[in-house]
Amino acid sequence: MAKFEYAPAPESRAILHIRPSYGLFIDGEFVQSSGGSTFKTINPSSEEVLAEVTEAGAADVDIAVRAARKAFDGPWGRLPGAERAKYLFRIARILQERSREFAVLESLDNGKPIKESRDVDIPLAAAHFFYHAGWADKLDHAGLSDGAGQPPRPLGVVGQVIPWNFPLLMLSWKIAPALAAGNTVVLKPAETTPLTALLFAEVCQQADLPAGVVNIITGAGQTGRHLVEHPGVDKVAFTGSTHVGKAIARSLAGTRKRATLELGGKAANIVFDDAAIDQAVEGIVNGIFFNQGHVCCAGSRLLVQESVADDVVMRLKRRVETLRVGDPLDKNTDVGAINSAAQLARIRELTQIGESEGATRWSAPCVLPERGFWFAPTVFTGVSQAHRIAREEIFGPVLSVLTFRTPQEAVAKANNTPYGLSAGVWTEKGSRILWMADQLRAGVIWANTFNRFDPTSPFGGYQESGYGREGGRHGLEAYLRTGASR
Amino acid sequence: MSSPSATARARELLGVGALTNASMTRWLNGLPGVDQVGADARAAGLGTRSIKTTSKAWAIDTAIGMIDLTTLEGADTESRVRSLCAKAMAPDPGDPTTPQVAAVCIYSDLVPVAVDALRGSNIHVAAVTTAFPAGRATMAVKLTDTRDAVRAGAHEIDMVIDRAAFLSGRYLQVFNEIAAIKAACAQDDANGAANGAAARLKVILETGELATYDNVRRASWLAMLAGADFIKTSTGKLSPAATLPVTLIMLEAVRDWRDLTGTQIGVKPAGGIRTAKDAMTYLVMVNEIAGDDWVDPHWFRFGASSLLNDLLLQRQKLANGRYCGADYVTID
Repeated sequence: MAKFEYAPAPESRAILHIRPSYGLFIDGEFVQSSGGSTFKTINPSSEEVLAEVTEAGAADVDIAVRAARKAFDGPWGRLPGAERAKYLFRIARILQERSREFAVLESLDNGKPIKESRDVDIPLAAAHFFYHAGWADKLDHAGLSDGAGQPPRPLGVVGQVIPWNFPLLMLSWKIAPALAAGNTVVLKPAETTPLTALLFAEVCQQADLPAGVVNIITGAGQTGRHLVEHPGVDKVAFTGSTHVGKAIARSLAGTRKRATLELGGKAANIVFDDAAIDQAVEGIVNGIFFNQGHVCCAGSRLLVQESVADDVVMRLKRRVETLRVGDPLDKNTDVGAINSAAQLARIRELTQIGESEGATRWSAPCVLPERGFWFAPTVFTGVSQAHRIAREEIFGPVLSVLTFRTPQEAVAKANNTPYGLSAGVWTEKGSRILWMADQLRAGVIWANTFNRFDPTSPFGGYQESGYGREGGRHGLEAYLRTGASR
Repeated sequence: MSSPSATARARELLGVGALTNASMTRWLNGLPGVDQVGADARAAGLGTRSIKTTSKAWAIDTAIGMIDLTTLEGADTESRVRSLCAKAMAPDPGDPTTPQVAAVCIYSDLVPVAVDALRGSNIHVAAVTTAFPAGRATMAVKLTDTRDAVRAGAHEIDMVIDRAAFLSGRYLQVFNEIAAIKAACAQDDANGAANGAAARLKVILETGELATYDNVRRASWLAMLAGADFIKTSTGKLSPAATLPVTLIMLEAVRDWRDLTGTQIGVKPAGGIRTAKDAMTYLVMVNEIAGDDWVDPHWFRFGASSLLNDLLLQRQKLANGRYCGADYVTID
C-alpha cells in the first residue's frame, strides 16, 4: 500500500445533456433517416449505452450530398473569404466556450482520459479552426496560384470519413481547412464515437452557419462507402486504417474525384546513447501510451542504442508502473479504456502472437476495472524486425523494443516498414538530428519530443501511411483547385 | 582539507587513483543531459494532478510535518526565534491534532535560543552556516561558523556551495569544501557536539544562480559525492528560488544516486512555496519521481515560512467546511 494514495477526482457529467437518440444533421437540421436503421454508442469504460444513433443509408447520403451541393452553388460558394473566416472564428470561440462539455463527452464516448481530452483534443480542435479562419481571406497569397496568376478555387463538395481515436480533433482537421478554402462538407464520424460530431452539429447551428455547409451523417463502413462512392462528391478525405484506405483508393481510381488518405503507421522512436535519458523515457511513454496507443503516428517501435538499452528499459518500466489506468473521467487517470471490444480483441491477438514469436512480454502491474475494455500498458523486449509486433500496427498500449548499434543501422531499421508516418529522434547532438531527419522516410520527424501537434505544421505520410498533407499551408492545397489541376 | 572517507569513496566511484579537477569534470560531464523543454513539461504535467478529500487531508498533514519553519533576517531577535519555536510546536493552538513541523531553521548564532525553546520536543534545530547566503568568506570562517552551530546543539546544518567556484569549473574546490563542512558536522571531541550525534548536512545549490538544468544535475551529484545528507534548492534570498522542474531534477538525482550507491539522500526545496496547493504538487512529484521512500520528513522538507499558515487554513477548511480567514491562524 502506497503512503500517498490519490482519492477519486472525477470530472462531473452534470454539464452534459446527451439525448436518448440522434438523427442525421443535414441541411442545417437534425432529421430522421429515410429508411436507415439505428445503432447504439457505448461508453467503452463501462459498456453503458450512451445514446442511439442513426445509421445513414444510401438515400440519406444522397440527400446530404445534395444539401452540400446546394450550399456550395448557393450562398456559401459566393461568400468572400473574409466572411467565411467570421464563421470559422465563431466556431472556434464556441468550441472554447463549450470545451468542458466537449471534453467530458469525448472521454465518455471514446474512453480517453479527461486530462487528454481537456488539455489536448479540444484545445487543438479549437486551434485548427482559429488557424484556418486566418487563411480564409488570404488564399490568393498562399503561394498556390498558377503561373497565370489565377487565384485558387474551392473543389466543391467534400466527403470526409474520420476515425475514432481523436473524434473531434480529426473532425476539425477535416472541416476547418475545407470550409476555409470555400468547400462544403459531408462528414461521417466513426461508428463507435459519433457523439462529439453530433454536438459539433449543434455548434454549427449556434454559429448560424448557412444550412448545408456542414452535414454530419452517422453510420459504419457501409455508410462511409456510400459517401465515398457518391458521384456528387468532388473530393474524398479519409483518416483511418490502411486496409480501408486501399479500398477507397481502388474505388476512386478512374473517377474525377481527388483523395487525401491519412492511414496507419509503425513509427520508430530512436534513442541514442547521448540522449537526455529521463526526458527520452517521458517521450517514449508519451509516444506509445498517449491515448492508449490509439494514435496513427504512435512511437510503437522503440529503437534504442545497445549501449544504453538496459538502463533505458529499466527506467521505462519504472515509469510505466506509475501510470494510472482507470476511469477516463478521473482527472488523475493517465491511461483510459480501449475504444471497443473489437479493438481490444485485435490488441490481444497481436500481443499473443508477440509472445509466441519469442519476444519477452512485460505488463504494468495495474488493477484493471471489471467492466469495459481494458489493456494494461505493455512492453515487449527482445523484439526483432521479423516479428509481426515490429511490423504490424497494433493501435494499442503496446511497445516493441528493438536495439541498434550505429546511426546507419537505426535508419535502416526505422525505414524498414511499409509505413512512414512519423519518427522520433532523441540525442543531444544537433548535427545528428539533422542527418537523421534527412535519412528517415516519414512525414513527421520529432526531435527530443513526440506526439506534438500544431495546426501550422503539415501532417501526413509516406508509402502505405497515405498521401496528402493536413495542416499548415500544405494542407490547404488538398482543398483547392490550383494552376495545373484546374 | 576534506575528510579521507569522502575522498576515498569519490576515487572509487570515479574509478581514478587521484581525485583531480579534471577527473571530476569528466565524471560530471558524463552524466546524461537534461532537456529543458521535456523537464518543464514533465513538471507541468505533475502539476495537473488533482488531490481531493481524504488525500488532501493526508497531504496537508504530511506537508506540515515536512516544514523547516524558517526565519533568516538580519532583524531576527531572541524573542522572534522563541515565538517561531512556539509556533513550530503548536502550529494551530486551537487544534491539538495538528502535527508539529520538522525543524526550525535559523542563523547559527541563534541556535542556543532555539535549542532551549524546543527542549523536550522532537523538532530539530537547523542552522544556516558557511557565510549564508552568499558564501563569500574564507574556509576558516565557514568551518568555525559550522562548528559553533554544531557545538551549540544544531541537529542540521544548511550550508551554501561556492557558486563562483562551481560556475568557473573548480569542481574539486566545491567538493573539498562540502566534504570539510561535512567533517565539521560530525560529533567528536574537538567539536564537542551537544546533541550526541552528527548534524545532518543540507547542501544549498542556489539553483537560481546555476542557470541551467544540466548544472543543477551536476551540482546535485557533486554534493552527494562529497557527503551531503540533503540537497537543497535555494537560500530563499534570491529569485527564482525553488521551482518544480529544478526539484524534479534533484529528485531524479537522489533516486539515481541510491540506485548507484545504495545511499538515500534527502531533498529540500526552499523559497517561493507559499500555498497548500503548491505543497501538494511537490508531494505528488516526490511520490511519482523519487517514490514512496522519500514521502517522509526524514527525506523531504519544505524550506518555508508563510506556507505553514496556508496549510493551516486549508486544514481548518477541511475540518469546518469553510475558510476562517487570516485572523484565525497565528503570525508566528
